[in-house]
Parts: sequence; structure tokens; C-alpha cells
Amino acid sequence: MADKVLVKGNEALGEAAIAAGCRFFFGYPITPQTELSEYMAKRMPKIGGTFLQAESEIAAINMVLGAASAGARAMTSSSSPGISLKGEGISYIAGSDLPAVIVNIQRGGPGLGGIQPSQSDYFQATKGGGHGDYHLIVLAPNSVQEIVSLTFDAFDLADLYRMPVMILGDGMLGQMMEPVVFPEHSERVLPEKTWATNTTKGLRKKNIINSLYIKPDVLEKINFERYARYAEVEKKEARFEGYLLEDAELVITAYGATSRISRNAVNALREKGIKAGLLRPITLWPFPKEAYQAAAKTAKAFLTVEMSMGQMIEDVRLAIDCARPVHFCGRTGGMIPTPGEIEAKAEEIARAF
Amino acid sequence: MAGRMLLAGFGGQGILFAGKLFTYAGMLEGKNVTNIPEYGPEMRGGTCNCSVIIDEEPIGSPLVLEPDILIAMNLPSLDRFEKTAAPGAKIFVDSTLIGRKVLRDDVEAFYIPATGLASDAGIPKLANVIIVGKVIRETGICSMEIMDKVLEKVVPPTRAHLIAPNKKALEIGYEFA
Repeated sequence: MADKVLVKGNEALGEAAIAAGCRFFFGYPITPQTELSEYMAKRMPKIGGTFLQAESEIAAINMVLGAASAGARAMTSSSSPGISLKGEGISYIAGSDLPAVIVNIQRGGPGLGGIQPSQSDYFQATKGGGHGDYHLIVLAPNSVQEIVSLTFDAFDLADLYRMPVMILGDGMLGQMMEPVVFPEHSERVLPEKTWATNTTKGLRKKNIINSLYIKPDVLEKINFERYARYAEVEKKEARFEGYLLEDAELVITAYGATSRISRNAVNALREKGIKAGLLRPITLWPFPKEAYQAAAKTAKAFLTVEMSMGQMIEDVRLAIDCARPVHFCGRTGGMIPTPGEIEAKAEEIARAF
Repeated sequence: MAGRMLLAGFGGQGILFAGKLFTYAGMLEGKNVTNIPEYGPEMRGGTCNCSVIIDEEPIGSPLVLEPDILIAMNLPSLDRFEKTAAPGAKIFVDSTLIGRKVLRDDVEAFYIPATGLASDAGIPKLANVIIVGKVIRETGICSMEIMDKVLEKVVPPTRAHLIAPNKKALEIGYEFA
């Protein structure tokens, strides 16, 4: 096994992408993800890859579309306002059934917002962001090591299901350093990219990458086919981590950075005799609904913790069909909830049990 | 021992470098570690700080809101963070740059004229590392022996000539009484 190294989240993501075979990175700087772009600028030329700083976010995402069409592993990254700009291109990539990886290291919004950590792009990531009927697989790491493993997964899942995958982080995860080990390669066996517009070598018919279908019945059929694939993703790829859920009466649920803070709160609540547990979705789409339904069996209430005004809370309520009360604790605009704030809210809820 | 550490000072004083030394030391001694800098407008001039956690247990939030160990290398940092220190915390003050004493009586304060000592020893940029030596002496957060390996990791091979002055700075801090 390789040695542990101490790396920033943003840089770890870059190295993991290269290890996973990403050879095309199209970037545009924005805090708090700029170190990722910077890392790719340094590393890509050394390994025979392509780093290109585009003239805008819109250009960058369309370069990803081009590289992905040719069958290459391609990635772009940005932070919240930049992801909004990429929305159109992301929809085109989804509509063209192309594998690609998009990284969003979220900052406070709306608008230009701020530069501190945030989770207020949950709706954008999981419900659309671009136009049309489509989904992204959305992966939400909560440590630098998991940034590495989910970056490998992101490229594999994108290829496996021919769809764009988003890695949804935040300023805290992008900026923090933790020890990591880089795996050398993924274990998955992936289908050959017979659809890619690389070269026919005169041996086959031309491949065409397209998202324009003028005839509605044709477009509907293609959307149905795509949604059949989405159904398979929902069945096979939902992931979560449970912590002290077995007897939890109060299930705290959070993803990414806030799940780490929530874990501190769960430990403190347990010491005070409150049966708290943590349910952390690792995939935000597909949302791990079954885990919530299972947790609802012991839970008297749920508490979602987010760096937003409350977005994931809607999926939690839907997952359990509102069978239990779902409370909210969050900060917004780049403010980070403290374990103490979460504990206070949890104690208030538990008093009513 | 485990520790929740906050290091703060001006940009350019090597706050992040000092934080990295502790983080590597914890990692090489087999502990769980996290390190997160404040990356706001502060890093573009002005004050600078970073949170370091070294723990036997898995680490939840990487942010240190109530440090057990506080390193203050300038007055604004001491003013801002003294009140946040946990009761019983150890506060390290660069007394060359900070004229006042620690006001709280439920913490332990250590005054070391690190900037002056660094200047006297001909290593004016290494006041940060002198404080690291003092912190190791007073807290046992990591061993002095591990620092040889840490410096090999942190100082790039092209700057290997900087390892010796860093070791000297560690020793000055460690021996300062």
C-alpha cells in the first residue's frame, strides 16, 4: 500500500482524477476551488494530459462535452456561481448521454454571494440546474480520503451509465488537509465506448453525438430510455453511512462537511443520554430513501443539518412520506453551524419525546 | 496527547507552515489529523489562522472553536482568540510583538520572544518554528524526535538547505525557559 500523504481536498481531487484516468481538464478560477485548477495546471502537462484554462465557465463545460464525445475522461470544476453558468452545458451533456465529471466546491449564495463554505446548491445539483428531464449522479464526500475514492467512483459511474456525475463539496472540504492514500486504479470493469466519435478507421458507421430531436415522439422515447437507466442507478447506486442508528430515537441527517459537525453533536448528545444517531447520504442523487425508511422504524423525529436555508430536508420528508416530524438546523451565507447549535436544537426536540 | 490547536498571526509569519509541522507530526505518529486554514480575504493580506486537530479518535468537525492550544503571533490574534480558548488551555504568545499579557486566569500562558530570538540567531524568518519548539516542550503534542521526519516531508528537496536552520529554530524554542 502506498504511503499516506497530507493533502488539501482540492488537490486530492485533482490527483485522484488523474489517477482515475482523467486526461482533459477545463477550468476557470473561482474561490474556493482554485487550488484544483492550479494543481491540474501543474500536473497535466507532466503526464501527457491537457489542462486548459478556458475563457469562461461556459466554454469550459462545452470543452468537456467535446472531449467526452471523443471518449476521453474529462472534468471541469467550479464553485456555485460558476456552476450556474455551466448549467446549459450540463444539460447538453446529459441530453447527449455523455459521461463527464463536474465538481462544485460550494460557496455562499445566491448571486455572487460569498466565498465561505455553503451547501445551498443542493437543489441545483439534485433537481436540475439545467433545463429538461435529466439527472446527475451527485456524490457528497465528507473527508479528503472520501474525495479521493468518490472521484474514482465518479468517473466509473459516468462511464457505466453514460451520464454526467457531480462531486458536490464545499469550501471546508476543498480547503482542509487530511492524510490520504491514493489507490492506483479502480477495480470496475467498464463497457467499451463504442458510441464515441473518435475514429471509424473506415471500419464502421460514423457515430453522432447529439441532443437535438425535433420529433416529439422520438425525444420522448429517448427520454424514456434514459429514465430506465436512471431507475437502474436508483436501484443500484444509492449509498449512505449510518452512525449509531440501531437504537436512534433522534436521527440527525447531514451530508458533506455538516455531517462531520453533526457527528460531534451525536457523540455529545449520547453522553447526555439522548439516543441520537447520524444518517449521512453519500449519494444525494440517487437519494438513499430506503435507509431513511429503515431509520424511521426507531426514530421519533429527524433533524436535518445543512449550510443552507433547508433544501435536503425536502428529500428527507419525501423519503419517509412525512411519517415522522423532520426538523431543521442550519446556517447560511457561508456561516458554519457549531456542534453546540445542533445539540441545542436536538435537545429541544428530544424534550418533546 | 490529543489536541485542538489554533495558530494565528499575520500573513507571512509562517502560521500555515507551523500548522503543517504539527499536522505531519500527528500523522507520522499514527494519529488522526485535520488542518484547515481560514481562506477568506485574510489570506490576501492581514491576519491568518489555521485549525489543527490531532486525535486518537476519528475527527468530526475540523474547525477549532475552543482551542486547547492557542498560538498568537500578533496582537489582533490574541485579542480575537484569547476569549475562545478552552478553560485550562495553553496560550503561547510571541512576546516580541505582543506587549500585553494574557488576561484570563483560567488558562496557562507562555511568553516567548520568538521574533527577537529568531533575529538574534540569524534566522529571522523562523520565529514560527521557534514557537513550535516551545509548544512541543510545554504540551508534548508530539515528540521532538519525529520532527526530523516531518521536516523531510515538509521542506521540498530543492530547499533541503533550509532543514538545518529549521532544526536550530526548533531547538531554540524547545530549550527556551
